[in-house]
Amino acid sequence: MPPISHGFHGRRTDAGERDRVPPGQYVTHDFPVLSAGPTPHTPLESWTFQIRGEIDQPKSWTWEELTALPSDRVTVDIHCVTKWTKLDTVWRGVSLDTLLDGVDTSAEYVLAFSDGGYTTNLPLADIRDGKAWVAYEFGEEPLEPEHGGPARLLVPHLYFWKSAKWVRGIELRANDEPGFWEMYGYNNYGDPWKEQRYAGD
Amino acid sequence: MARVADVVSETARAKSLLLDPPDWAGHLAGQHVDVRLTADDGYQAQRSYSIASAPEDEHLQLTIERIEDGEVSPYLTDDLHPGDELELRGPIGGYFVWRESLGGPVLLVAGGSGVVPLRAILRHHRAAKSDIPVRLVYSARTQADLLYREELESFDTVITLTREEWSGHTGRVGRDLLEEAAWPLADHPLVYVCGPTGFVEGVADALVAIGHAANRIRTERFGPA
Ligand SMILES: Cc1cc2nc3c(=O)[nH]c(=O)nc-3n(C[C@H](O)[C@H](O)[C@H](O)COP(=O)(O)OP(=O)(O)OC[C@H]3O[C@@H](n4cnc5c(N)ncnc54)[C@H](O)[C@@H]3O)c2cc1C
Repeated sequence: MPPISHGFHGRRTDAGERDRVPPGQYVTHDFPVLSAGPTPHTPLESWTFQIRGEIDQPKSWTWEELTALPSDRVTVDIHCVTKWTKLDTVWRGVSLDTLLDGVDTSAEYVLAFSDGGYTTNLPLADIRDGKAWVAYEFGEEPLEPEHGGPARLLVPHLYFWKSAKWVRGIELRANDEPGFWEMYGYNNYGDPWKEQRYAGD
Repeated sequence: MARVADVVSETARAKSLLLDPPDWAGHLAGQHVDVRLTADDGYQAQRSYSIASAPEDEHLQLTIERIEDGEVSPYLTDDLHPGDELELRGPIGGYFVWRESLGGPVLLVAGGSGVVPLRAILRHHRAAKSDIPVRLVYSARTQADLLYREELESFDTVITLTREEWSGHTGRVGRDLLEEAAWPLADHPLVYVCGPTGFVEGVADALVAIGHAANRIRTERFGPA
């Protein structure tokens, strides 16, 4: 038990929410932003989403094609490594299961890649079985650029940097390779419930 | 646990904590630490604070601006005294840093308390006797809100105020001021932008619009507003 910060009381999370807030996180009603550089603005006409790497026939969707696919409306809690948690966020997007349907691959990892050169790595299993989406609406509105629009990955069970903003595709990989924040000292996997914030956690 | 060596008032709303963390392995200018507070029933809250000191400085310095209804910052600015202990973790962050090998010329653009890690970069630059050109553009509300004013005026600093008329620049950091203050694009300046999210978005967009390469712009967003 760490020493007491005398005189510190803090703002408790409501009892009803407490078991939804991972260790070291606090509930916010804002939507803070974490990015390493400027926000890219890619025109939708030239936007595509690709699946490449360990796949016989790489796949690609235009904006029109992707948004015409069956989509899910998902309500999830999101957890940012900078300590905020936002409960009951509402998104619309295409499940990675839909995009990976029929893809035969020996890959066990993916590297998601984005406009601006940003990447993040995940085990393939973590984006399958209803765990991940390519999301393009937030709160019933088109996703704003500063929050990753036109589309971002949504992988709510991991810290939110894994939900790559401005996502343009995934590379299927036999080997795990650290992405952008992972190379700069953040945890390779990022489970908020185990508080895996930084390398070595 | 770091011992608080001293608490210094910077402005009416901001204080610096001078800390002595045991076994501190050093940091890079631009990095931050995570501070964790524990109430007597075990409840904990954590926030990130940039390191204001250069790696060469004697104490590890944080500068905290008090957010009126904040959970953590009022405790740090009002309730800590020399001799108290503070739990920290770090240094954290490997991208929003400057060291001489990254080169330049370097442009630093700060909004409000976003000047904290950029001040660490300036101090490190001076301590390392680097001759890479470095300039700071610093936006604050009023003169009374300026952090480290005297020290910053000993560097190549351009100050703009958004809520006070004075003899210097006024208004937000936009394309005009950036075009005037930035190094020539041909020199591929390396730019660091830090402050509230809206400030960083605006400045980074303006830099891209006037021709700066997106991969030469590094940003750190402190939070809302
Ligand atoms: C990498 C990083 C480095 C940081 N470095 C510093 C630093 O060097 N100095 C510093 O003072 N802060 C810094 N911050 C911000 C700091 O982590 C806290 O967010 C801030 O102190 C507010 O915490 P709080 O608990 O007092 O307020 P909270 O209880 O978290 O927030 C209370 C209210 O204030 C609003 N609020 C939160 N932050 C701000 C803000 N910055 N401006 C205006 N309104 C706000 C919230 O929306 C909320 O409504 C940094 C943040 C990050 C991510």
